[in-house]
Amino acid sequence: MNAYLLPLTGGVLLGLSAMWLLLSLGRIAGISGIAWGSLAGPERLWRTLFLVGLLLGGLLTHNVIGQPVPAESTAPLWLIVTSGLLVGLGTRMGGGCTSGHGVCGLGRRSPRSLVATLTFMTLGVITVLVMQSLMGDAV
Amino acid sequence: MRAWPALISGVLFGLGLTLSGMSDPAKVLGFLNITGAWIPDLIFVMGGAVVVTFLITPLVTAREAPLLASTFSLPGKQLLDRRLVGGAVLFGIGWGLSGYCPGPALVSLLYGYESTVVFCLAMFAGMALEGPLSRLFAPS
Repeated sequence: MNAYLLPLTGGVLLGLSAMWLLLSLGRIAGISGIAWGSLAGPERLWRTLFLVGLLLGGLLTHNVIGQPVPAESTAPLWLIVTSGLLVGLGTRMGGGCTSGHGVCGLGRRSPRSLVATLTFMTLGVITVLVMQSLMGDAV
Repeated sequence: MRAWPALISGVLFGLGLTLSGMSDPAKVLGFLNITGAWIPDLIFVMGGAVVVTFLITPLVTAREAPLLASTFSLPGKQLLDRRLVGGAVLFGIGWGLSGYCPGPALVSLLYGYESTVVFCLAMFAGMALEGPLSRLFAPS
């Protein structure tokens, strides 16, 4: 089987998920916004159900379809904490993450989402380069 | 507004993230590591997703209203501002440090790894800190 068939299939499913949420409820499938809104509200119910579904989808992949579970990150915990803080802070400030700006925003032809996506992609690449040179294979 | 359609959407999203390999931080870092042993998978994930949303979104938003809610709730902002770019910069750095963005991190809670639990707690803390920090640094 082609090595890129699974990534492509997964990507199409992400797109279809976003389109179903837009068609049914008129909402953007932005995970950072949904995650925060499920705690802070308003309208916690649909957001909580989305997150429950997210976990069910993962269970289907690994427990029903049987795809192996990926290995745990090898990054030290201080790095994980820093990363999580920045991801939380940045996605709230910038109004979205890979899903809201990337998957949904690009589909909506939103200039803000295009700028955000190019920015976080670029910074992701730079960060990996910097960390590689600082810490080598430890990360 | 009804809520159950969000469950279906969540299942599809969780399937997509895990089938595509996005819930593997090593794969995501391998994609961002363009000068190393580059892993191109994410191009196919993002490409597949964006082709679908790019083609279908206009057909959906051309409707008067969604199927099960009274109105579309879409972001209204059009202008680029410092918060957008600054937020994307911080998010990009955070993403590159671990290989986790919010969706993959949340679905990875299934795996019961210490690092994904810690990441998600830190992420929610970062989200909670955003308001106070933004007010602190906002030009008055």
